[in-house]
Amino acid sequence: MTRVYDLAVIGAGPAGVAGALEASLAGLDVVVIDAAPRPGGQYHRHLPGSFHALRPGALHHGLERFMRQWEALRSRAEILLGHRVWAVERTGGDAAGGTAGAAMGAAAGAGDTADAGDTVDGTVGATTDATVTVRCLAGDREERPRAVRARALLIATGAHDRPLPFPGWDLPGVLTAGGAQALLKGSLVVAGRRVVVSGTGPFLLPVAAGLARAGADVRGVYEAGGRFGLARHPLLAAGKAAEAAGYAAVLARHRVPYRGRHAVVAAHGEDALTHVTVARLDADWRPVATRTVACDTLACGYGFVPQLELPVQLGCATRRDADGTPVVAVDAGRRTSVPGVYAAGETTGVGGAELAEAEGRLAGRAVAADRGRRVPPLPALARRVDRLTAFARALHEAYPVRPGWRDWLRDDTLVCRCEEVPLSAVREARRLGATDARSVKLLARPGMGWCQGRMCGYAVACLAGEDPAAPRRPIAQPVRLGDLAGLEHPPSEG
Amino acid sequence: MRPPYELVGARPDPAFEISVDGRPVPVVPGQSVGAALHAAGVRSWRSTRFGGRPRGLFCGIGVCFDCLVTVNDVPALRACVTEARPGDRVRTSAADSGTAAARAGAGKDTAGKSVAGAGRPGAAGKEPGGESGGDDEGVNGR
Repeated sequence: MTRVYDLAVIGAGPAGVAGALEASLAGLDVVVIDAAPRPGGQYHRHLPGSFHALRPGALHHGLERFMRQWEALRSRAEILLGHRVWAVERTGGDAAGGTAGAAMGAAAGAGDTADAGDTVDGTVGATTDATVTVRCLAGDREERPRAVRARALLIATGAHDRPLPFPGWDLPGVLTAGGAQALLKGSLVVAGRRVVVSGTGPFLLPVAAGLARAGADVRGVYEAGGRFGLARHPLLAAGKAAEAAGYAAVLARHRVPYRGRHAVVAAHGEDALTHVTVARLDADWRPVATRTVACDTLACGYGFVPQLELPVQLGCATRRDADGTPVVAVDAGRRTSVPGVYAAGETTGVGGAELAEAEGRLAGRAVAADRGRRVPPLPALARRVDRLTAFARALHEAYPVRPGWRDWLRDDTLVCRCEEVPLSAVREARRLGATDARSVKLLARPGMGWCQGRMCGYAVACLAGEDPAAPRRPIAQPVRLGDLAGLEHPPSEG
Repeated sequence: MRPPYELVGARPDPAFEISVDGRPVPVVPGQSVGAALHAAGVRSWRSTRFGGRPRGLFCGIGVCFDCLVTVNDVPALRACVTEARPGDRVRTSAADSGTAAARAGAGKDTAGKSVAGAGRPGAAGKEPGGESGGDDEGVNGR
């Protein structure tokens, strides 16, 4: 008989680890699942032990704290690293059904109930006799299927970079800001020799500072939204002064220019990046003057996209975050609209690692309380979440993506990298009558390739004239057809 | 010692080699195939189906699938999340073809297409002849 855990946590980043630790300290039998070979998620991505780093925290804020939590968790919970989750199903209780087919049906219908409201009523049934089956593939090459069952589920799957398209953005040498950061934090690889950083949001600062400290010649940081110079950066005004000042000092020491209301609007080169066009932007991000900067690497990012495949599969209600991004709707205990399913971290609204950790703790405590454990109230934790949430909202408001980026595109600019769909094809689809992103996708195929719209979904939605919808992906991770076909006879654990 | 190594005080285990189109590329144990290639100055290792455009790392965290690569004859692995192992044979410049689509397909559309073997015309034209065996292997689920 398969073991049934009290709680399965998907994601071993700040939210997942904090939640799992709280739940296990309260006496629950917890399993933590993550696709990566090491814990940390994107923010606390760190070097493998084989690097024998004496100061692994030199590249991170708060890594030591996270690793202490991880060490505490390791002895108390089952840990499944290198396990990619491709589907979750809920069975028993008041669940809709127990097969993958039902899970897919729920995913297809979930879009209709999206945006159900800003908050979920706290009285939503939290205890349930339903169980959740988490379907994973273990290993980065061999891919052994494995199913994990639990009575409650905490979704802490985080977010990925949100790129914007521009001419040449598919040239080798153009990376997402998170990709450049991942190379450094996870492999000690400096993304390039001469690097330009562009995009919007506070994340550009640690990326640029990290690259400069690691020896890259950072030719400039171009913040599309910043109507403030670095000296008046919103981070400084929001209780993160020390952190922001640290980045500013690094950039100053390495003589890295920081330009607000500037952005890279085109990348150039034959087979690899050789230079970029940097534009001064008006308030709506339309270019008003351009110049050329030579570089071999560009790191760019315009915020983050929460990874919502699994909550959408389960039918969890979503809401719009301050910037229009779909996120999972939760109550104060991080309970989703589906009984027994909780969410924390970026999936419930992008707000950074500190907020994610605090939300994870709230979730872990709520799961334990809902499962009958004695959990004393911790009002300071709730207040901390409120304060950090307000800060996150302020940052969203300080760094909106403005519509003028559309003017960066030419007819032949690829909007969808996978299916190589140029802007002209998207426009043609609109001329044929497509008035929403889904119709554009059906006519012109953007978002139908390998990444399933994870990279272009935001841009395609904007070009179709709507806010991006929550993703409907019945399969959250690529899976071999044989594994899909075998679903009627679920693989035994192990 | 290079700056990032000084920064964190790293004294890594001895490097090993992988072969990239027959050329040796050093790997610090624990690095992904993509990180090792990027560090060695190899910025692209795949051509797109339609435009034949070069692609390498983009998202770097396993989301965008631009960095697909063939390792030890296993096609369509994401280089950025595949940890390199001593002796790995990496083959680049493989056209992103039906082979790649067959192995997975993050959605019904792609999966259905590969089952039916109905790749788009542009893809079929670019597909190296020897790839079809791997295609079937992928579909039948190893």
